[in-house]
Amino acid sequence: MKRFILSSSLRGRSPKQSPRWQVRLLTCTGVRRKCRRAIALLAMTMIMLSCAPVDLNAPMPIFESGIDSNAWTQIPAGEFYFGQHNDIETTKAYEIMVTDVTVTQYADFLNGALADGYVKMDGEKIVGLYPGDEYNGVKHEEKIEAGDWLFIPLNDPSQRIKFDGTTFTVESGYENHPMTMVSWFGAWGYCKYYESRLPTEMEWEKAARGTDTRPFPWGEEIQLNNANFYSSRDPFENMKSFGSRTSPVGFYNGQKYGDYQTLDSASPYGLYDMAGNVWQWTGNVYEGMHYRFMRGGSKDVYDMDLRVWVRNNATPTYVSPGVGFRCVR
Amino acid sequence: MQFVKDRFNYLFNSTKGLILVAIAMIGLVTAAWGMLSGPMAEIGVRDWVVRAFGMDLIQAEREGRIVILYHAIAMAVIAIETYMLTGLLKMKPFFKTAINLLITVGYMLTLVFGMGFAYFGHNWAFHGLYITGLSLIFFAGILLCMALYPWDKAYHVANQEHAHLKSGVDLERVAFFAAAVTTVLSALFGAVPGSYFGNGFEVFLAENIIRYPEKTTMEYSVIGHLHIMLALIAIMLTLIIGRWLNFKGLWQKVAMPLMILGTIVLNLGVWGVVTPLQPIAHMVIYVGATPSMLAALFLLIWSWNKLIKDGTAHLTKPNFLQKLKALVQDPLKFGPTWQMLFMNFTTSGIGIFMAIRLDEIFRVWPAREERIELTGHWHALSAIIATIILMYYGDMLGLKGKIRQLYGWSIIIFSDIALAGVTVFEMKRLFISEAEQQPLVNGLMYAMDFGLGMLLLLLAVVMVWRLVDLFKPKGRWTEEAVHELSEEVMK
Repeated sequence: MKRFILSSSLRGRSPKQSPRWQVRLLTCTGVRRKCRRAIALLAMTMIMLSCAPVDLNAPMPIFESGIDSNAWTQIPAGEFYFGQHNDIETTKAYEIMVTDVTVTQYADFLNGALADGYVKMDGEKIVGLYPGDEYNGVKHEEKIEAGDWLFIPLNDPSQRIKFDGTTFTVESGYENHPMTMVSWFGAWGYCKYYESRLPTEMEWEKAARGTDTRPFPWGEEIQLNNANFYSSRDPFENMKSFGSRTSPVGFYNGQKYGDYQTLDSASPYGLYDMAGNVWQWTGNVYEGMHYRFMRGGSKDVYDMDLRVWVRNNATPTYVSPGVGFRCVR
Repeated sequence: MQFVKDRFNYLFNSTKGLILVAIAMIGLVTAAWGMLSGPMAEIGVRDWVVRAFGMDLIQAEREGRIVILYHAIAMAVIAIETYMLTGLLKMKPFFKTAINLLITVGYMLTLVFGMGFAYFGHNWAFHGLYITGLSLIFFAGILLCMALYPWDKAYHVANQEHAHLKSGVDLERVAFFAAAVTTVLSALFGAVPGSYFGNGFEVFLAENIIRYPEKTTMEYSVIGHLHIMLALIAIMLTLIIGRWLNFKGLWQKVAMPLMILGTIVLNLGVWGVVTPLQPIAHMVIYVGATPSMLAALFLLIWSWNKLIKDGTAHLTKPNFLQKLKALVQDPLKFGPTWQMLFMNFTTSGIGIFMAIRLDEIFRVWPAREERIELTGHWHALSAIIATIILMYYGDMLGLKGKIRQLYGWSIIIFSDIALAGVTVFEMKRLFISEAEQQPLVNGLMYAMDFGLGMLLLLLAVVMVWRLVDLFKPKGRWTEEAVHELSEEVMK
């Protein structure tokens, strides 16, 4: 092999005077050429892998968490610590669902609501009537007028509810997963149909946190098997392919599923999935803005976004595989 | 004892030594704290680092920690720029000594005790020393303004090719002065809300409140402060690079007034966000940013033209390829302005696109997506500023031949790979859905990690080399201790 020496010299010094720090890299022309080819090949492989299609219908592990998705729990009236800086706030007493609304529950709702005329088909989407919001003309504010608004899209490949023209059904394996790909209107409409409503941000946070200052529903720190978050290595994710996916509601209850041991991650009031899995729509409509707020973090975000005070927001028509909801009454 | 005294004298009493120390400090902080987030957190490195260093990370104080981390790094960067200024520009020796002393003690206190306070339990004495450090840097800034006073006849232009007034006032010095004065005022602009929110650690990150229609004056002040400080660091660096390259002639004569105008208007716009002028503040900011960016563009045109002319001087009629070769033959001279151009892809372009299509595209996405763009584009700008400093530092070291090529091109290529990855990552929602993004995200993460990792590795190699050199009786440091930056301005 022909040796090739890369040397360097200091400003104003001849090669003979070059100090010891001269960098000498042993290589040869042939090896360099091969290296370049290898780097180019590696880069091409990376690009190809980056463009690889994702199987959105990859088999989903089936687990029963044993948590009743129809259960509600009582949150007492009183003070609690609200927000990152522990402001003291008060709520009245209310009941909140123990888990997120599941895909099965939402399909049942749609079957009933379609028959009742509460929702209707509009092309490839389900829409429902919303009475509209007050418009204040604030910068970036958009009008939310009375009328039919998107509840769920049916033509999105991530939609787990299917419609055969007469009946809504659930894609196999997703029955006990949280309902996703649902807009704020769709969440609002569901709760209203069952004579309940979306929780306010305060109600949501109190239910998640209880009356102390904990950052997570279960306590002070987060571990991988506390919740479903980005790259938490749960049985539902594959970071090389489809990434994170939802887990069944109430999954993190201390049970062992196969080889996967979860930690009991219920909130002080016994609610599950108040951190991770899916963001949860809340009900506040704030003056001067059309955005709706979400809480709880999701399968798609790092652990820092699972802290109970973290807020996210989007337009009320936004749908995502990482956004769901639960109701209060 | 003489051994230590000589090295100490070089490291803390020469411009190049001071710059080396500051770069080393930033490198250490970046390497250590870079392990606390992103992929490093995913693979468990964060937990190991936290345990190994005995860090005390309270969940509710994450935002406060990050604010201190940003300040710790930013102060060291400002110190480097100040050293460059005091090394490049004429000023009274007293000012040079006092400024360098104050800012060195200041940034070290800020960095060491700020990080100590934020990450290793709340020792309030550390917090006091952190604030003391920031205050010393502020005083150094005031002294710098006095030192740069451009109407002193001693600083009038000697060369008619430099932008000047009829009276002889050097407009480049006025531009430096304007940037220094506005930086000091803008520091105050952040210090007031900093004191307000910092008391009790009740801080917030600007990107988390960006969509709220109602913001308090203090919140506007924080948002304005972080934007203008980064912009001013970039403006000052552009002026420094211009001085190093000996920017002169017609392009410079047009660029300097534009830079002065841009700096002042940009600041007025940012300060305006806390006044009743808030509704038009953004428009004023655009008006100010445009001449500043034009001035940078003129520097680029002039320097590329010069590189081509110098590189093809021996040819009677150079063709395109020969001109291109001349342009890129010295990565350390070509690199800084190339990075300024590349910034338009990673930062300015994204910013303008977002501003134009904000409601139609970006505000339809959830806030967390918008946050990625916001944090991504200014991280990219910060990284570009760092690479430009490293390229100038490479020239200060006197790198020549293949090592110069290797060092310069490594910085350009690795950083651009990483930053291109960041930019595509920020904008991915334009062309891929959440459900289908993971393979693309993985590829982009590899690009970012590879680029930034290699950049840090390169920096580590340079730092180890410099450390080894310090142990030599007649190492490179002995030359650097006596050579001033003003002597090494391009001819």
